Amino acid sequence: MSTLSVRARPGLFWFSSPQTFFPLAGRLTSWFFVIAAVLAALGLYVGFFVAPTDATQGESYRIIFIHVPAAWMSMFLYLIMALWAALGLILNTRVSSMMASAIAPTGALMTVLALITGSLWGRPTWGTYWVWDARLTSELVLLFLYLGFLALQAAIDDPRRADKAGAVLALVGVVNIPIIYFSVQWWNTLHQGSSVSLTRSPSMAATMLLGMLLMALAFWSYSIGAALHRVRSILLEREKRSEWARELRAAERLN
Amino acid sequence: MNWGSAADFWAMGGYGFYVWGSYGTVLAAAAIEIVLLRVRRRRAISEVIGSNLEMGKSTQTLGDR
Repeated sequence: MSTLSVRARPGLFWFSSPQTFFPLAGRLTSWFFVIAAVLAALGLYVGFFVAPTDATQGESYRIIFIHVPAAWMSMFLYLIMALWAALGLILNTRVSSMMASAIAPTGALMTVLALITGSLWGRPTWGTYWVWDARLTSELVLLFLYLGFLALQAAIDDPRRADKAGAVLALVGVVNIPIIYFSVQWWNTLHQGSSVSLTRSPSMAATMLLGMLLMALAFWSYSIGAALHRVRSILLEREKRSEWARELRAAERLN
Repeated sequence: MNWGSAADFWAMGGYGFYVWGSYGTVLAAAAIEIVLLRVRRRRAISEVIGSNLEMGKSTQTLGDR
């Protein structure tokens, strides 16, 4: 430990060097998972025991407490993934590209969850599990973008070339995010408009909003924890022969 | 309080399948992801150990000479 802290010097790219980033990410991971669990417990309590029954949808509306956070995360994570990928491409920082690769599986998972919870909500509310509505279709395209990113990276052996190819794909795919976000305004199809927006006050009961925001923060915290956990494994996989990895291994500080 | 009884709670006003199906899917997904993360971590660490052992072997042969 002491040898590590002596060698590394603080600066702009302090945390972009693997040997300083690795222990930091490890400490943060546990905290984000704990915070996620606490927020989820609070959010579920508010969502099931405080928020009232919806006047038109009955109890089925309670799916939104996980559907909306999953859908938000699927879009946020894509933007953050593209941002890290772009930083890795422009600044040539390895850890930035690894962050993008670490976010992708969790982003894909959030997209799948948004689609499944959405169809379980759509069945009792719209009478169908799936419809080729603009919002649903563009969210499905988002899933294919995540899967395309993962498949492309997996197909290229040289990690830095895989990073660059993935970054280009991720950046091109960013155009889909505003399409998802504005789809309910641009096309008048089945998916309803947003109840929570940046420009209007929310059109839902305060306790419903509170439950949804708590769950959204829990999803945020979980996603950050998962991405940080995964990026440490990616770091080790790519730098298993490096001196810093062997030093941490010798000091039993890899867990 | 929204629910008169535990049965009321699980029934979710007749939407139990959809509500619990959704929450169950999210819970299962998080559980699976966490297991996969741990498996990947364990494998990554063992690869470092592997390269570490090779290192140790090569220095030992050097020392034997």
